Amino acid sequence: MSKSSQKQRWWNNAQYRSLFFQVVLVAMIVGFFCFIGTNTLANLEKRGISTGFGFLSLKAGFGILQSLIPYDESYSFGRTFLVGLLNTLLVSALGIFFATIIGFTVGVARLSNNWLISKLAGVYVEMFRNIPLLLQMFFWYFAVLRTLPSPRQSWTAGEVAFLNIRGMYLPRPLFGDNFGFVVWTFVLAIVATVFIRRWAKKRQDETGQPFKLGRVAFGLIVGFPVLVFFALGSPLSWDIPKLQGFNFHGGMTVIPELTALVLALSVYTATFIAEAVRSGILAVNSGQTEAASALGLRKGKVLKLVVIPQAMRVIIPQLTSQYLNLVKNSSLATAIGYPDLVSVFAGTTLNQTGQAIEIIAMTMSVYLVISLTISGIMNWYNKKIMLVER
Amino acid sequence: MRKITWALVATVVTLVISAGFAQASTKEEVQKRGAFQCGVSTGLPGFSIADEKGVWAGIDVDVCKAIAAATLGDATKIKYVPLNAKERFTALQSGEIDALVRGTTWTLTRDTSLGLNFAGVNYYDGQGFMVSKKLGVKSALELDGAAVCIQSGTTSELNLADYFKENNMEYKAVVFDTHDATAAAFDNGRCDVLTSDQSQLYGLRTHLKKPEDAIVLPEVISKEPLGPVVRQGDDAWFNIVKWSLNAMIQAEELGVTSANVDEMKANSKSPAVRRLLGLEGIAGKGLGLNDDWAYQIIKQVGNYGEIFERNVGTGSPLKIARGLNGLWSKGGIMYTPPVR
Repeated sequence: MSKSSQKQRWWNNAQYRSLFFQVVLVAMIVGFFCFIGTNTLANLEKRGISTGFGFLSLKAGFGILQSLIPYDESYSFGRTFLVGLLNTLLVSALGIFFATIIGFTVGVARLSNNWLISKLAGVYVEMFRNIPLLLQMFFWYFAVLRTLPSPRQSWTAGEVAFLNIRGMYLPRPLFGDNFGFVVWTFVLAIVATVFIRRWAKKRQDETGQPFKLGRVAFGLIVGFPVLVFFALGSPLSWDIPKLQGFNFHGGMTVIPELTALVLALSVYTATFIAEAVRSGILAVNSGQTEAASALGLRKGKVLKLVVIPQAMRVIIPQLTSQYLNLVKNSSLATAIGYPDLVSVFAGTTLNQTGQAIEIIAMTMSVYLVISLTISGIMNWYNKKIMLVER
Repeated sequence: MRKITWALVATVVTLVISAGFAQASTKEEVQKRGAFQCGVSTGLPGFSIADEKGVWAGIDVDVCKAIAAATLGDATKIKYVPLNAKERFTALQSGEIDALVRGTTWTLTRDTSLGLNFAGVNYYDGQGFMVSKKLGVKSALELDGAAVCIQSGTTSELNLADYFKENNMEYKAVVFDTHDATAAAFDNGRCDVLTSDQSQLYGLRTHLKKPEDAIVLPEVISKEPLGPVVRQGDDAWFNIVKWSLNAMIQAEELGVTSANVDEMKANSKSPAVRRLLGLEGIAGKGLGLNDDWAYQIIKQVGNYGEIFERNVGTGSPLKIARGLNGLWSKGGIMYTPPVR
């Protein structure tokens, strides 16, 4: 034993050996990807296919249905990337917002003591969770929204908002010079509310006296800006859509593709969120509720202070997955003509330039970055609400 | 562990070595496989569409058949690969198909930066507009503010933008992936206008709920020479595709049809006909094919006039006049270099 350990060569040393193989493995992996990269470039060159990112500055020359930033045919391919990206972010944000609201409502409703409500929630979940998302999109877009009237027979609300097969036309706010003050008041009110909340919590911890934060916050955040708004002489006017020729002009348009996509994504994802919420609430031992009631807390307080904080720990990880799914599923938009990143950039732009590798790589990195960001935020939140063990 | 490591090394080495080999020629691949993989549309009446039994027909499909007849001696040995406008070039570049015959417009960008070659023109087209009769529009210049349905990844998207800009008009482009979805959206009233190559508009109109309610406006806003496409860098295959198409045009010029080709082969004294049918001259040697390659095309598929009339002309529901697609000697611009 001692003899062999004296004579041990370095390549027989377990530590060196494992290090050596790890270095070799890493080198091989790096080499492999370098090889794939150079090989691809060489082959593209050989076949006369253009490479590089120079195309991003070329003129795009095609129109896009919906853009959150100024865009027309004379902008570059790089701009189409931004337009598509913003459209994807818009539909994802709206989808996450509505899916969360519907999901939490349905999840709680499914646990309701009311037979009808809980069964309705159950039917909703089982139905929409088990039909493929793409079919649901077709349903909303080709079946539901197609029954709307033509522009000339639009449904209207007081001749200022219109709904027809081309979309929803709403008045667009035109902000006056002094409108900035109203916004600032609003921001100030929010900051003030945060401070009041801290003070109230501290006071309650010290003296046990509760503070009715809700009313004060409402007064500050809503009432104060409204007062300032009227004091400044209402610096806001509206651009109302009008029917001219074929279509409505002016105002804001919500295109039916967006409506259908948001509906499909939020209704579908909400079913999974509802189940996550239900599992979260059921995971809280009923003894907790009973103990809280025994302490004399009212039902609302029991939910707010005991059940929800514990349920959230179970809900958040699943919720994160569902948010990620929703963002990635939004790429199905291309099937119903919504101009998202995949449809505009990895679709039209790819086809006009033919630079598949660059464009697909850019598109994939975008989804990766969005997903990692969401996942990062949710992990941070998860850590914050984790059980603090004392 | 060691075994795995060696396996990895071996794989990498094999990859490096195999990368050095040149690709096999497309012609040999097709002949070895015994089937020609032809990229066509997902369904466009008159050009390439499958019937309820899955049998493909159309003027583009007939070009596929001609290539198969020349290369394999059998026009039925084809595997059709339906592609939408967005997928088509990638499918060809990656070798999933041997040739693309899918109403593809020949442009400078496509010819020079995609690693592709256009092997000729089998249909001269131009972009047009289809509107509902109810709108009462008589000219495309009255379309300011219209919502326009259009297929993604086409030259039509670019022409449309140019045309509206030149005429100081505005439009909203509603973009879909396939012909079907685009036409369905127009049919439902999502758009006022459907734009595409004019021939396609006539084809799509036959599939509307009420075809008689839609009209195609007179304006043609672009040049759309549509033709077969192959990968760059395989000149032998490029020649085969190019001359398969040329042979059909030459046959129409010489009056050789699928009906009279056997009789012509036996009796014709015309040197031009005898050269086309492989009885004289270079025949199939230059292309590396059998001497009767052009005979097989004409016998099994027909000449250009036949395929035109059968698919889009008077013998079809589309009833498109020959126009630009007539022979050069008869007022059109269909012209082929001599087969000699």
